[in-house]
Amino acid sequence: MSLRSPLGRVLGLGSAKEGSSHWWAQRMTAVALGFLSTWFLISILLLDNLQFDVVSAWAGRPFNSILLLLTTATLAYHSKLGVQVVIEDYVHGPAIKVFSLVMSNFTHILLAAAGVFAVLKIGFGAP
Amino acid sequence: MTLSILHRVTGVALSVGLIVLTIWLVALSTGAAAYEQITALMQSIVGRLLLAGFSFAFFFHLCNGVRHLFWDVGKGFEIRQANASAWSVVLATSVLTLGLWLAL
Repeated sequence: MSLRSPLGRVLGLGSAKEGSSHWWAQRMTAVALGFLSTWFLISILLLDNLQFDVVSAWAGRPFNSILLLLTTATLAYHSKLGVQVVIEDYVHGPAIKVFSLVMSNFTHILLAAAGVFAVLKIGFGAP
Repeated sequence: MTLSILHRVTGVALSVGLIVLTIWLVALSTGAAAYEQITALMQSIVGRLLLAGFSFAFFFHLCNGVRHLFWDVGKGFEIRQANASAWSVVLATSVLTLGLWLAL
């Protein structure tokens, strides 16, 4: 007798496993980043200069803070999904593969947290 | 064929770019002194070369990404179309990257 139900034993064992949700998330973040990154680049180019006062005033405006927040979080997610595929395809040893995936996940979560915190700090600190 | 592996290479490069972007944002949130240290590094020769590389990687990944999205919905698989879209990506990436650095 096992504590695992017959359903629990087979869930996720199909050939696709988590693949279809990974695939879909990769595409959704891609489309979102098409808009967000274009907005970011054009906004930066339209600034008078890239001095501290100008850039922090720009980043502190609520509209810009919200989009910056989405940009950093979505970038980290999209990057996490992409680097995961690269590791899965090119890193072959089971131990080094799992280690690489864990390090990639930790790094991306750190980047997301740092980016989101920085944007919030600028936004809430703005006059 | 070549563009396919370049999509991955630029993707990984942009992941490194994400680290730079995050450091820039954290510096911006820390204060003027930290921000100016980062922008000084970015304006150095090595910094400019890196940013130029990131901008190329960004535009390529963006343009070729659009190409992939068309493939995802089943469009553009004819060899003639695939070749045409490949050259469009090369052209658009060159124009955008050069345009950006001429505009700066």
